[in-house]
Amino acid sequence: MDNLRIRILKDKIFSFLVVILAFLACLPLFLILGFIIRNGALSINLDFFIHLPKPVGVEGGGISNAIVGTFIIVFIAFIIATPFAIFAGIYLSENRKNLLAEIMRVSVDILASIPSIVIGIIAYLWIVKPMKSFSALSAGVALAIIMLPVVIKSTEETLAMIPYSLKEASFALGVPYYRTILKVIFPAGLSGVITGILIAISRIAGETAPLLFTAFGNPFMNLNITKPMNTITLVVFNYSTSPYEQWHKIAWAASLVLLIIVLGFNLLSRIISRKWKVKF
Amino acid sequence: MESEILKIDKFSAGFGQCLVLKDICFSVQQNKITAIMGPSGCGKTTLIRCINRMHEFSPGAVYSGKILLHGQDIYSMNPIIVRRKIGMVFQRPNPFPTMSIYDNVLSGFILNGIKLKKEEKDQIVFNSLQKAGLWEEVKDNLHRKGTFLSGGQQQRLCIARALAMNPDIILLDEPTSSLDPKSTLLIEQLMEELKQSVTILIVTHNIAQAARVSDYVAFIYLGELVEFGPSKKIFTAPENKKTEEYLTGKFG
Repeated sequence: MDNLRIRILKDKIFSFLVVILAFLACLPLFLILGFIIRNGALSINLDFFIHLPKPVGVEGGGISNAIVGTFIIVFIAFIIATPFAIFAGIYLSENRKNLLAEIMRVSVDILASIPSIVIGIIAYLWIVKPMKSFSALSAGVALAIIMLPVVIKSTEETLAMIPYSLKEASFALGVPYYRTILKVIFPAGLSGVITGILIAISRIAGETAPLLFTAFGNPFMNLNITKPMNTITLVVFNYSTSPYEQWHKIAWAASLVLLIIVLGFNLLSRIISRKWKVKF
Repeated sequence: MESEILKIDKFSAGFGQCLVLKDICFSVQQNKITAIMGPSGCGKTTLIRCINRMHEFSPGAVYSGKILLHGQDIYSMNPIIVRRKIGMVFQRPNPFPTMSIYDNVLSGFILNGIKLKKEEKDQIVFNSLQKAGLWEEVKDNLHRKGTFLSGGQQQRLCIARALAMNPDIILLDEPTSSLDPKSTLLIEQLMEELKQSVTILIVTHNIAQAARVSDYVAFIYLGELVEFGPSKKIFTAPENKKTEEYLTGKFG
């Protein structure tokens, strides 16, 4: 019976290890959250959201321009990337074993693994140089390229999960192929597609590298997408690398705002995928 | 008064090199129930899927011969038109999960972009659900999702959906194989009533079911039509030895 006791002991040790390691894996997240909240919360007030940055030495000031800029640039990226990504996702889910689809699948994977700073350089060469100006538009294009593979993948995976029997039901009613895809398959996968888009948005909202030489940053409020624009990530980057204590505080606060926005999108995606889940 | 609505003439079909159906010939009579029975893998489902041209969605699908609907070869018609005239109900209930019960019944119109007036819609939903024997059970929940219904109710919803398009024929591909006995009985009773207004072709591997519901039976074995005739005759005095062996449970 000793043998049995040893086995039970091993079992307990293993269960214990799983819990401990799982907890340790989450620990950095809690530490980061705690640290950012502690440092950032001090400088956050209403002014922070509605005022422009003040010069060094002047107390107060906000990052209203950067918050607006982040939303504008993310919105540009969303508008550019989503249509292409959704159609590409539909194509890939509809063509499981075709050579062109296979080539596309590999390309999407490669695109997903290109470092974001490289995509920034490409956007610089393609858009900033010809237009002779840093611009929100070029930043939007760079982020759209980063967003593309994420949304393509999630759309493909979501739509591929939809049972074939639904498609058959539609065909058997004499519904043409394109209408079957648009009115049966796509709506059935809509919550998954939207979830994918929101996750992609929360990812690009935190991108900094590709914005350095596209959006560039701007101390003023700018709504013109052909001109340089500020974003929260650029504020964090520029202010935290500055020598001024006052600016460091703003960088922390901006980090907190960014974190809240990103978590918000994440949370929203979870709510949508729960609430709108289609039961087959 | 019997009249021929569908004629299957020397029809063969298969996947690539593999021929699943060989020279099938028989006719389907209007407003009758014709059962196609046979052991698993004999080609019953392939045959029924050829009749509304669903077979061609399968990779490598091939076919030859003719299937005539009112004397017109369905393979010379637009498949979309064929499928609107010949409805189909599948093995597993497959209502559209994003649609309400009401919209599921109308899905043939909605998905095809056919606009209807409110009164017409209400009328079609009422008639179809009534015919499918589902009206009483769902009349207060028409705007709930179709997937909330039980399996048997979902299958009757699928029948209502097919009936709403006012087809000439409906094809039932083992419609009760995933249902419990009570739901099965309901659907069998339903078929008896439905044949007043529509021709029914049912695939089944359940001999008893074929005997209970059908007016005509086609027995298919290894892709060939072994025997076809009125059910009364086949179930009492089959001509072919193979049919007799199948009916008495020697194989299948």
